[in-house]
Amino acid sequence: MNGIHDMGGMQDMGPVSYEKDEPVFHAPWESRVFAMVLATFAWRKWNLDAFRHTREVLPPEDYLRLSYYDQWFSGLRDLLVRRGLVTAAEIESGVPAPETAKATPPLTADKISPVPLSARIHAFRDVAVSASFRVGERVRARNINPLGHTRLPRYARGKSGTIERDHGVFVFPDTNAHFNGEKPQHVYSVRFTARELWGSQAPEKDCVYLDL
Amino acid sequence: MEKGLVERAALDALVDAYEHKIGPRNGARVVARAWVDPAYKARLLDNANDAMADFGFISRQGDRMVVVENTPRVHNLIVCTLCSCYPWPVLGLPPVWYKSAPYRSRAVIDPRGVLREFGVDLAADVEVRVWDSTAELRYLVLPERPAGAERLSEDELAALVTRNAMVGVAKVMPPSGGKS
Repeated sequence: MNGIHDMGGMQDMGPVSYEKDEPVFHAPWESRVFAMVLATFAWRKWNLDAFRHTREVLPPEDYLRLSYYDQWFSGLRDLLVRRGLVTAAEIESGVPAPETAKATPPLTADKISPVPLSARIHAFRDVAVSASFRVGERVRARNINPLGHTRLPRYARGKSGTIERDHGVFVFPDTNAHFNGEKPQHVYSVRFTARELWGSQAPEKDCVYLDL
Repeated sequence: MEKGLVERAALDALVDAYEHKIGPRNGARVVARAWVDPAYKARLLDNANDAMADFGFISRQGDRMVVVENTPRVHNLIVCTLCSCYPWPVLGLPPVWYKSAPYRSRAVIDPRGVLREFGVDLAADVEVRVWDSTAELRYLVLPERPAGAERLSEDELAALVTRNAMVGVAKVMPPSGGKS
């Protein structure tokens, strides 16, 4: 979807605001939201692409106004209800519906200590899929404008680049985000010159790499 | 928690891990090792997962990591224009500026301008390579080893390496007192 999240190449967002000695979390609730998102992932009721898409469908004014973990909280509530872990009434009341059997959490503290190596969803798939492109080949990114999730940013659509590296086989976010299958396929590092992306005023040698 | 979907101890352990155990010090150790050990550096650039797994903070099957090397002629910069992808196992959670609209929007169209805001002024003949994290590959910049640090140990070198340098918005400064 051509949403506000796809902001690569915009120029009116102001200077980068840098906070010295920034804490990992700015408030305790941020850390709770962060941990709840990771812990509920362990139910495998959704995937990282679906979670990303919950942020993308926020209205643009909300996307720009909400803090990062506010966006996460909004996405978490959305998926909890949509994927059947919690009902809207339970979110509203803050208590489980009567006579709900208590579940057993799939992610327990002993699986996290000392570091949560397995707490994340991995998108690499060890399956044999033939590669469509070879390193060094010239390619052109598709000009597509899907209404759903995609990881092809607007600024690269229709642009020509060079395959720099074959990263192997990964799930396809465009279908995976909508629970329409993993459709595993090769991901390539594609090099686009800055001039191809931004025109002849861009520095001659500069380039942008995308994984597509 | 009342429904048994998550347990409090797991939430606490996750927060503790990302507040205290997983952060840029991990990445700094990788960088320092690469500076002192050419064979390790070659492995790191060839297969970052395998090389980082030596330290135990990444699984060999986990997030796919890619390390890109800064040189006097090439400067690398990491961004995620579409969301906030960031190499958690080696840098921890991303700072607010990395996730912010100003950085995400301009890093790809005006990387030199963004770098100037961070105090890095690159010569015109340096090639700037921006890595937009659009898939499940996570990038780490191997900064240039600063001059004046030839006699430092691996641990002392690691102490010089900053998060910003490993994202590519800063250079690693020589040890205090040294001049380059």
